[in-house]
Amino acid sequence: MKPTFKAIADYAVLVIFATETSDEAHAHVVALDASITSCPPTGMIETVPAIVNLLVTFDPLLTDHAAVQTAIEHTLATLAAHQVSGVQRCVQICYEPPYSTDLDAVAAATGLSAQAVVNAHLAGDYRVLMYGFAPGYAYLSGVPEPVQIPRKPAAVRDVPAGSVIIAGPQCLVTTLTMPTGWSIIGRSSTRVLIGDPAHPFLFDVGDSVTFERIDTATFERLYKENSHG
Amino acid sequence: MDDAKPPVAFAELSVTFSGPLVTVQDVGRPGHMRFGVAASGPMDRLAFDAAHAALGNDAGQTALEISLGGVILTCAEGAVTVAVTGGDFVVEHAGKMTTSWTILTLHKGERLAIRAGRAGSWAYLAFAGKLDADLWLGSSATHSTSGFGGGVVQTGQSLRIADARLRADRCGAIPQPDFITDGPVRVVTGPQDQHFTQQALTVFQTDSFRVTGAYDRMGMRLEGGLLALDAALSIPSEPVVRGSVQVSGDGVPTVLLADHQTTGGYPKLATVISCDLDRLVQFRTGHAFRFRSVTRQQAIADTRRFLSNKRQYLDRIAVPRGTLEQRLMRENLIHGMILE
Repeated sequence: MKPTFKAIADYAVLVIFATETSDEAHAHVVALDASITSCPPTGMIETVPAIVNLLVTFDPLLTDHAAVQTAIEHTLATLAAHQVSGVQRCVQICYEPPYSTDLDAVAAATGLSAQAVVNAHLAGDYRVLMYGFAPGYAYLSGVPEPVQIPRKPAAVRDVPAGSVIIAGPQCLVTTLTMPTGWSIIGRSSTRVLIGDPAHPFLFDVGDSVTFERIDTATFERLYKENSHG
Repeated sequence: MDDAKPPVAFAELSVTFSGPLVTVQDVGRPGHMRFGVAASGPMDRLAFDAAHAALGNDAGQTALEISLGGVILTCAEGAVTVAVTGGDFVVEHAGKMTTSWTILTLHKGERLAIRAGRAGSWAYLAFAGKLDADLWLGSSATHSTSGFGGGVVQTGQSLRIADARLRADRCGAIPQPDFITDGPVRVVTGPQDQHFTQQALTVFQTDSFRVTGAYDRMGMRLEGGLLALDAALSIPSEPVVRGSVQVSGDGVPTVLLADHQTTGGYPKLATVISCDLDRLVQFRTGHAFRFRSVTRQQAIADTRRFLSNKRQYLDRIAVPRGTLEQRLMRENLIHGMILE
């Protein structure tokens, strides 16, 4: 896959692998990201992997768009594999009231029982596509077709941190109390903002994620442990 | 034997009043955009850097960013020299009125009020000492939507400054930057410019745009000619940066700023180049301005010139002027020589 390059202001290059969502484009983003962060070109500051493109920012005193693009092209030409397997992460979810606010609505909209929605959600094959919206908001792809539902017409305010929300093929575990138009199907006791300076966020883009179902009592015990640990 | 060190000088300021959007900021936390974390840090990086340089501080340390809402501080303990920079704010200290771009010493019992003046949206208050602040990911910069970092300054709270120093040799006016170009705000077009109508591209470059009230640390919504897309466009969410000019479905542009989201699905017509952001953020609601597109090579050249001028300026204001006594002495010597 040959990317196109776009200059962003005076300090970044956007490397575009595709204009429409595809697993192949995302795999290329993750592979280039891994390679370039392990051996950064002169003046590079950071990279931001997204669904079909990678942003590479740089210090304009040390380099420029053309030099960064050349370095990226060189990296791509010598890239051994276009598939980097991320780490497998496990996230625990309580799908029970009062945490599963929209589970019944999702069931009604999909024609499934609430239990079938939960089972379908648990069976998904999830990957971290990118972060966005707010600190620690990791967009996961892989919500199975039968439980894919559109966003609500209007956002709901003050949705608590840790909510497990879905819209279309994507799923997200929130990290802050924020508004959302996605459907809330559960609450996670797993922290995405770990608070460890060496590894502050649970996921890296490209990681795969599995969900594990827990009951309310387990959730409440783990939630307490995790928030005071 | 009691070998305790002598007590370190500190000052404590109580926040008598704080308007909305007054935050603790250091240089910011670059390097975490991949995790959804914008760099945050000061909206006007030049004014912030100038405040520290003029005090002889290390660059990038923690200061307060003051919004148009203003702030009133009362010195409860100790004393400390402070610098106020940015825009043209009103500074009232111990009954005397002055404007931002000044250094003064706050003594116990004295009040310092900083409020909206003739121009500018953001002022900076830096201390000759270390302002105590919570860190997140190694930085005190406040990310305004999450509150992470040093945080939003609240009426009634206390600010503690460790290693508080008195710098009489630095008090008085700070020379303002003299290398800032007026004129249109420069952008590099893209990455979705090709999806806009020819008319939209012309409007963007020739019409003036006005700053609306929807302006905070996340972004600045503008009003002006509508920027229509050729056809309905749905792009996968992609990285956005400080300066991205994103256009919502109704054709209205918003410039993303210090606390921007890190990815988004709106098309971007252009990105403001970094050396014009300090100027842009000081515009107030109602201010009208134009954009001008430059090539990527020109953008780099303009920024390098700006950063070189900035370096020279900061070095110049970092030199202490001397105490009033020293300054008078110098004047007398010069005066004496002329008389000879």
